[in-house]
Amino acid sequence: MGMTISEKILAAHAGLDKVEPGEIINAKLDLVLANDVTGPVAIKEFNKLGIDKVFDPEKIALVADHFTPNKDIASAEQSKILRNFAKAQNIKYYWDTGRVGIEHCLLPEQGVVLPGDLIIGADSHTCTYGALGAFATGVGSTDCAAGMATGEAWFRVPETLKFVFRGTDFQPWVSGKDLILYIIAQIGVDGARYKAMEFAGDGIRSLSMDNRLTICNMAIEAGAKTGIIEPDEITIEYVKSRAKREYKIYKSDPDACYEKVYEFQAKDIPLQVAFPHLPENSKSVDEASGIKIDQVVIGSCTNGRLEDLKIAASILKGKKIHPEVRCIVFPGTQEIYLEALRNGWIEAMIEAGAAVSTPTCGPCLGGHMGILAKGERALSTTNRNFVGRMGHPESEVYLCNPAVAAASAIKGEIVHPREVVNNG
Amino acid sequence: MGKVWKFGDDIDTDVIIPARYLNNSDPKHLASHCMEDADPSFAANVKPGDIIVGGKNFGCGSSREHAPIAIKAAGVKAVIAESYARIFYRNSLNIGLPILECPEAVRGIESGDIVEVDLEKGLIMNKSKETSFQARPFPKFMQDLIKAGGLISYIKEKRSNA
Repeated sequence: MGMTISEKILAAHAGLDKVEPGEIINAKLDLVLANDVTGPVAIKEFNKLGIDKVFDPEKIALVADHFTPNKDIASAEQSKILRNFAKAQNIKYYWDTGRVGIEHCLLPEQGVVLPGDLIIGADSHTCTYGALGAFATGVGSTDCAAGMATGEAWFRVPETLKFVFRGTDFQPWVSGKDLILYIIAQIGVDGARYKAMEFAGDGIRSLSMDNRLTICNMAIEAGAKTGIIEPDEITIEYVKSRAKREYKIYKSDPDACYEKVYEFQAKDIPLQVAFPHLPENSKSVDEASGIKIDQVVIGSCTNGRLEDLKIAASILKGKKIHPEVRCIVFPGTQEIYLEALRNGWIEAMIEAGAAVSTPTCGPCLGGHMGILAKGERALSTTNRNFVGRMGHPESEVYLCNPAVAAASAIKGEIVHPREVVNNG
Repeated sequence: MGKVWKFGDDIDTDVIIPARYLNNSDPKHLASHCMEDADPSFAANVKPGDIIVGGKNFGCGSSREHAPIAIKAAGVKAVIAESYARIFYRNSLNIGLPILECPEAVRGIESGDIVEVDLEKGLIMNKSKETSFQARPFPKFMQDLIKAGGLISYIKEKRSNA
């Protein structure tokens, strides 16, 4: 019996020839990640251990992206803890305001995470890096502290669920976001609990890296330990100019064992909108048509990449955002922001009436930069629509892709992009 | 022995401790806002020794360790649920919050019931209804880890005893 890509990466990092689902292994880590919310708690735990130095200052990434630029004194104090630790420990990958991006956009872009890596991050969306063919999973601050101290972590080898998309004839405007919302609607928010989700088929292989990163980003919303895609020529093209160290390509064996295989036809997946208050409440956009919105959010670690901004700008260009809608755009990184600026996309969005923010996790988690009042409703390209996620516990969040978000911002209600773009 | 606060399925970490309070990681501060978006009366009325009961997939969503820290600092003795999200499960034990998986107990316990939990035996006793339920007990090392107050304290204790 062969192994899946996840099993191969875990085996290699545990120094084993073979691992099986259910087996508990201890493995060496290529990267340990924390941010300005989880980092200070991890640092407090790290300091309790009485160890002077982290295991390797070049294998730790500290990203001040959640409450930055610092929204208040308390968050400034949190950032200061992260900054001081990074300096004292000589951490190579530390980013602060002005250079920082949203961690899961930033680390792939900067070539810090690469195919074949084993990564833990004190952020649930760490699973994003599976799009590069890495095994990456979210942990809490204590596990992160132990990882920073030892460079190792224990894992239960997960069973793998395989999701195969046949065909490349996706409907117009359908993106990675729609595929992952569609899957979560099928299996539920605990449908992949403790398991690895492997995405495959010619439909997946036809997608850009930006779309693949979006899909793996939301594996956690089905409860998964990771989302992962086998590297191919598109992956290699993405990493070859970014990688500053060796990396290894792993692929699933033809006779690898999967707990379950789901098959979908590309052409059958409609544009998705997830209703409050769980990502599994995803339906076709037509079922959400006409729902009035107060705010549109375009960005985040899910949909804050260049392609996302390109699509949103192409829809908003030359049009005006509905007078009763606040539209907030937050690019994933400074590089993405600059590239969008050079391409005229930021200008098009500002002229349409959007507020464009510096990269931050702020609005996605109801932290700052776009909080909802009681009874308000947002349509957002982010990843969670839990109760109170973006503000008041009686506010509502609907999730969608950037094309639906931009088109709906113009109409003031949820619409299919074809309602706004004639040639859609 | 404590009073039960029962919640439903898919209680996420945003509900356990909303992100608007994560600009401060002090456990007392987190406890004062625990479960706020599910039951605004919880933090003010929860008593030391009380127990949270949840449905399936308790603790889904974010990796914030602030969620189990808030529950523990609020004085909650244990959480009992049908099932847990992966990161929350690991985080809870890592900070020394005992959490038990027992679907039968969840079905047999209502809000306001008085429940006693014997962690060594994995026994859940509903004193109000005079029923009891058997959850899988934690192995010895995990009981020691919980008693120590979490993984880091446990490692330190082991080191100093070595």
